[in-house]
Amino acid sequence: MTQMPASSVDVPRAASAHPETVTRAGRSKDAFSEAPYLVVKDLKVEFPTVDGPVRAVQGLSYDLQLGRTLAIVGESGSGKSVSSMAIMGLHDMRRTKISGSISLGGDELVGLSSDQMRKYRGSVSSMIFQDPQSSLHPYFKIGFQIAEAYRAHHNSSMKVAKARALEMLDLVGIPNAKRRINQFPYEFSGGMRQRAMIAMALVNNPKLLIADEPTTALDVTVQAQILDLLGELQKEFGSAIILITHDLGVVAEVADDVLVMYAGRAVEYGACHDVLARPTHPYTWGLLESIPSVSTGQEALRPIKGNPPSLVNLPPGCSFSPRCPYVTRVADDRCRTVLPELRHNQPDSTDLSRCHLDDPLGIFTAEVEPGLA
Amino acid sequence: MLTYLMRRIASAISVVIVTIIAAFALFFVAPTDPAAAICGESRCSQARYNDIKASLHLDRPVTTQFVEYAVGIVVGRDFTSGGVTQHCPAPCLGYSFKTDQPVLQEIENRLPVTATVVLGASVIFFTFGVLMGSMAARRRGTSGDRMLVGATLVMSSIPYYVVALLVALYLTIFYQVLPRAGYFPISDYGPLKWATGFITPWLVLGIYNSTAYARYSRGSMVEALGEDYVRTARSKGISERRVVYLHGLRASITPVVTIFGLDLAGLLVGSVFTESIFDLPGMGKLLLESFRNSDLPMIMGTVIVGAVLLVFMNLLVDIVYSFLDPRVRLA
Repeated sequence: MTQMPASSVDVPRAASAHPETVTRAGRSKDAFSEAPYLVVKDLKVEFPTVDGPVRAVQGLSYDLQLGRTLAIVGESGSGKSVSSMAIMGLHDMRRTKISGSISLGGDELVGLSSDQMRKYRGSVSSMIFQDPQSSLHPYFKIGFQIAEAYRAHHNSSMKVAKARALEMLDLVGIPNAKRRINQFPYEFSGGMRQRAMIAMALVNNPKLLIADEPTTALDVTVQAQILDLLGELQKEFGSAIILITHDLGVVAEVADDVLVMYAGRAVEYGACHDVLARPTHPYTWGLLESIPSVSTGQEALRPIKGNPPSLVNLPPGCSFSPRCPYVTRVADDRCRTVLPELRHNQPDSTDLSRCHLDDPLGIFTAEVEPGLA
Repeated sequence: MLTYLMRRIASAISVVIVTIIAAFALFFVAPTDPAAAICGESRCSQARYNDIKASLHLDRPVTTQFVEYAVGIVVGRDFTSGGVTQHCPAPCLGYSFKTDQPVLQEIENRLPVTATVVLGASVIFFTFGVLMGSMAARRRGTSGDRMLVGATLVMSSIPYYVVALLVALYLTIFYQVLPRAGYFPISDYGPLKWATGFITPWLVLGIYNSTAYARYSRGSMVEALGEDYVRTARSKGISERRVVYLHGLRASITPVVTIFGLDLAGLLVGSVFTESIFDLPGMGKLLLESFRNSDLPMIMGTVIVGAVLLVFMNLLVDIVYSFLDPRVRLA
């Protein structure tokens, strides 16, 4: 691949759509008959502190259809969990400022009080968390915890709810569920606990399941089982899944679409195979490059140099510019002064990328040492 | 469970035995003369002194005395003083010549009074304290929370006896807002009069101690509400009240109950200030009187009963804990 001269990158800002209005409708690869179930538009989440507001999420937009899986990828503090918790209404509204729009099945969630969100939480949307050890209440029996989730949204007796819990435990593949239902979480193994969490999250047939690093705390073999289980259940229930992770291997396995977040913004958004095979943002490229490879005999890890910026004091322009090795490729120092839009910057790709570079793939591959490309 | 209980009871008994030895050693081996104490210092003839010494078996070797004391606990014993023989039935913790009755009988008279004061007050300080603390934790950082924390700090920096004295003086004597405290046996005066006599000590002891419990349970609840499983509970869509008072409280109450059990034991051994200030004939007052009268057998008996109570409450707390926290298995 030829290296593009730096000057050719410096074209006027591409006539891309405004990021807030970008949806996947324009993409050729996926022909959608259904309207998206979840539409997030220009979502902003801020936490006021004495040092000024922490801008955890700033203008996030994406959409998701039933039956599809969106992976949100990013390092700690990139806003992936915070934005998802906003969908669930799990933020302490006294200490959080949320603006923009979250439309779930046509209902606008931004602006609802925590109490008004209750009827969505756990029924229309539900969430499973990273560490099933700490996410299940240690003092309540598994069956009770699942039944409680059911009863929160159904006017049913404990007996009916317990029967439903048993059904769910069976469904998520917990052997001997009849006995297990009366056990406490400490009597479960890590993988079983996460299965129980999934049973609890799905007990009300939610349309949207948010899985916040569901496999991070588990053994690798159990990870695969849990991911398979999620995939099967998705096929059965047809729900949409948001998978929050920093494990790109997991993403490659299960996601339909990928949203890469950095410092509270989406930096790359597109179909899974495009984002992972042909990343168009230097940050995604860096993430992929930092995965150690066994086959190439590479010895040292290749980290992305530097640290993510403070969310109180973001650099002007592109948030990634202080760490980006390609800033010199964009003329007039625009990386440090102008925030790039989310746009198509690769001629033959459907990806949206928040980068001033044009044909970045050509630039990335040209700069990699031979043998790694 | 059963083996655990047996083991714990065995260790409890050994603690009690050590306490008995220590109490015995302290009073009969230490350089105080029990006979002289009983006889009185000024008008004690040598003959009477010798008689007392002989009747108490103080002229025998210490080991013999201890064996007699220990045997007395198991089977009872007789005391002869001035030609009169007093029987002290098992478990005999000694015979008080000051009150002229077996030590245990006096303790049996006093313990119910203390228990009434302490249990009544504990209901107040536990429920009130936990409720206040949980409410404050739920509203952490608000002005209501700050006020509560400030108030409890101010309250607990004033010594208890000052608070109790001031209440006794101002609220029951100068302004009769609260009924005068006192002990009116239920058999003689009926339940209403009996309860009226306890109202003020219950309130004072209860409210004063509730400040500490408000702070314990506030801290415990703040911690619980930050736990992942509380977030999970919230994500189910259950009401915030249920999140706090079922999921949060269930987790936060466990450490508070532990403190509660031990506090209860400590108070049962003798709420000295409460009983003295409100004139209630309980264990604390008994201990004070025995010290004043140098009634050594009575002091010993009180110490031993106190030790038994403490050990028993400790055991009870551990058993209750295993019910509160299913992860704790008694084995």
